[in-house]
Order: sequence, then C-alpha cells, then structure tokens
Amino acid sequence: MIEVRNISKRFDQNEVLKDVSVTFEEGKINFIIGRSGSGKSVLTKCVVGLLEVDSGEVLYHGRDFTHMDRKQRKEIRQEIGMLFQGSALFDSLNVEENVMFPLTMFTSLTRREMMKRVDSCLERVALPHTKALFPSELSGGMMKRVGIARAIAMNPKYLFVDEPNSGLDPQTAIVIDNLIKEITTDYNITTVVVSHDMNSVIEIGDHINFVHEGAIAWKGTKEEILKTDFPELNDFVYAGQFMRIIKDKLGT
Amino acid sequence: MLASAFSKPEKLSIYRKQILAEIDKIGVQSMGIVALLSIFMGAIITIQTAYNIDSAFIPVYTIGFTARQTIILEFSPTIISLILAGKVGSNIASELGTMRVTEQIDALEIMGVNSTGYLILPKIVAAMFIFPFLITISMFLGIFAGGVIGDLAGVVSWADYEYGILYDFRPFQIIYALIKTVVFAFVITSVSSYHGYYTRGGALEVGKSSTQAVVYSSIMVILSNLVLTQLLLT
Repeated sequence: MIEVRNISKRFDQNEVLKDVSVTFEEGKINFIIGRSGSGKSVLTKCVVGLLEVDSGEVLYHGRDFTHMDRKQRKEIRQEIGMLFQGSALFDSLNVEENVMFPLTMFTSLTRREMMKRVDSCLERVALPHTKALFPSELSGGMMKRVGIARAIAMNPKYLFVDEPNSGLDPQTAIVIDNLIKEITTDYNITTVVVSHDMNSVIEIGDHINFVHEGAIAWKGTKEEILKTDFPELNDFVYAGQFMRIIKDKLGT
Repeated sequence: MLASAFSKPEKLSIYRKQILAEIDKIGVQSMGIVALLSIFMGAIITIQTAYNIDSAFIPVYTIGFTARQTIILEFSPTIISLILAGKVGSNIASELGTMRVTEQIDALEIMGVNSTGYLILPKIVAAMFIFPFLITISMFLGIFAGGVIGDLAGVVSWADYEYGILYDFRPFQIIYALIKTVVFAFVITSVSSYHGYYTRGGALEVGKSSTQAVVYSSIMVILSNLVLTQLLLT
C-alpha cells in the first residue's frame, strides 16, 4: 500500500500539486486519470521520487520515502518496477540484457539463475524468442511488454505504469491491460497506472483517482465513474463519441 | 553532478565492464582520425618549417627540432584534444541527452541505480586513461611522418631531421604534454556529460546540448591550456 499525504509541488509560481492525499491499495490497479497538464505525471514523479515534494509525505507500507536519504531510498526503489510511456528500454542493450539489468546491478545471482529469471519474465509477457533483439528491432507493443518484463524482474511490490496504451492499436492495448491485471493479481502488487484512456480504466481499473487542477477531485470505482455527476469528470469520461454511446445505453 | 558521479559504485564488476566499453568507444574508435590527422599535420609542419627557414644561417636540423617542439608541446596534446572534443564530446552529450529525453535515465534512477555514477564516471575514467595513449601515438606518428615526407619531398634529409628531433630534448616536455592531456580528457568528458545529462525537451534540445558540449569543452580546453602552460613551463 502506498499512502500519499498532503503533498504539494510548485515550479516557480505555478502550483502544480495542491495538498494531494491519496491511497493506492495493495493487489489492486489504482488509476490516476486527468486531462493533459492536470498534474498526474508530476504526482507520479513525486510518488516515485523523481521529483522532490515541497511539503507532505509518501509512505510505502508505512515507510516515509520523502524523508529518506539516498541509500534508504535505494532499498525501496528496488521494490519498485516502472513501465514508462516510451518503454525507456536501454538502446545499447538487447532484450535479454535489458531484463537482466536490475538483476546484475542488485543481486548476487549466478549467470544461470539470472538467465532463468529472464526466461520466466519474458515467457510471462509472451516474448520468449526475442532475447537477442535490440529495442530498435521491436514494435511498440513488444517494447511495452519487454518494459513490463524488466519491471517485474526484481519481483516488485509496487508497479507504476505511465500511459501503457499510448501509441498502441486497440487489440494490443487490451493485451497490455490484461498483462498488467494478471501481474497485479498474481504477485499481489500495488499497481498505479497513469492514463487518460477510458477503455483501459473500464477494462482493468479497480480504484480511480481523477486529478483536476493539481488536486484529487474525485475518487471511486469504475462502476461509479460511469454514473458520476461531477461535471469536470463527466466531461472527461464522456469526451469521446464511443463513451457517449455507452452513456446513452446505460441511461445515466 | 561530479560529486554524485564519483560516489561509491553499486557493483565494481559492472563499472569495470563499462569502463572497458568506454575505452573502446572513446579511445580505440578515435585511433583512425587521430592517426590520419597526426600523419598529415606532421608532414605539413615539416614542409612549412622548411619553407619558412630557408636561410643559410639557420641549420637544416632546425626543421626536425621545430617539428618536434610543435608536435609535442602543442599540436598533439591541444589540437588533437580539440578534435576529440568535437568527436567524443558530441557523442557523449548526444548519447546522454537522448537517454534523458527518452526517460532511460529516469528508468535507471527508479531502479535505484546512481545514474551519474553508472553513466558518467566510466566515461571520465576511460578518457583520462586512454587519451594519453592516443596523444603519445599522435606524437610518434606526427614526428615520424614529418621526417619521412620531409625526406621524400627533398626539404630535409632523414639524418638532419633525426639530429633535429634529438637536439636539446627535454623529457619533461613529454610529461607536460601528458599532464595537459589528462586534464583535457577530464574537461571534455565532464563538460560534455553535464550538457547531455541535463538536457530537457526533445530531439532539438539534444542537438543543442551536443553543440554546447563541443563549444564549451573547446573553450575550457583552451583556457586550461593557458593555465597549465603558465603553471608548468614558467
């Protein structure tokens, strides 16, 4: 479980996060949704420590991440897996080396044990025969899956996923969504997904947090989000024609 | 950035591997351009010196002496370092800049890897180790090519040239040149790494960082050259 308590962040005069408090639950897929520029990416970066908060605290299973030194943070970071929007695979390493990277850096496993772990992670994402390929030789969907394999290589307790379906076709997007769902359930991970893809929210979302103007403006489940009368969220959810058709069918 | 880069590495074996890879990338892959430039510059320095001292009062061996002094004191350590600032500096800045804008550096940080230590330290160590070898090769090739071409062109005999390159030879000049080289290696890699690591934006900014890396490292090389020359030769 990750608890975010009253965090604020400003860049010069622009207050991007305003006293944000939110809890991301274990074994669930917690969505952060919101319009572009609403502050959801900054919130995620603050939670994982890529940005320092101005005030407030982030607790990983009760451990205060915000006030830790670099060494203490390193221990928690080894429990975090992250899938970036562009996958962020290392260009100079092939798929096998990418997935093996955290294992070589932080474990004392033998080469054979590491290979076994890499094989199991790549099988988990249904890419067992891509080990020798470099990121430039992979499709967008394959890169995301390798990114997931790398993220789960260290058996993380927390998984952060930034825009998992951007640039993917609808079928591949569903494959990635289902993979995130399976991993979260199988490993009982606290998963946080940053997205503005409503299909993804409806497909796999357990808890949804709507960020609006730097604050958590709404929290609820995917069932509740379809019936919301919160105006900004309503505009966000039903911005597309497809969702409006669903709305009409549901009669909400 | 430098303090973080020089902090204790996560795993020494990984860093050793990285340093060897950087030695290959920074040093071995620069061998061709260094050799080519040194051979041609050595030959040109010899021919130009011969042209400029065409007088019965100046002994012919002065050509070899001048070529040696020019190559050891300035051409090899400084001009070759400036060439390397262009080649290596832009490579480092664009590599790190691309890693930054594609979130690869963020990925390292999320994993708990000290990204400056992992990415920058091996480059600095590799350059400070391999640059002196490159410059020594450059000195040798420049002086040797000057003699061969001077002899073939008929401007100075090999015997006179050889006498000139041995005349009043002071080994400290080699040490001076190598000290400069090590400092230049540090300056080029650290300045270029800084510009690459702190790139913000996209492809356009990566290009700008690369240009800034070359410009600022060249300026820093020239400035440190002046300071070191003042300190070591006066």
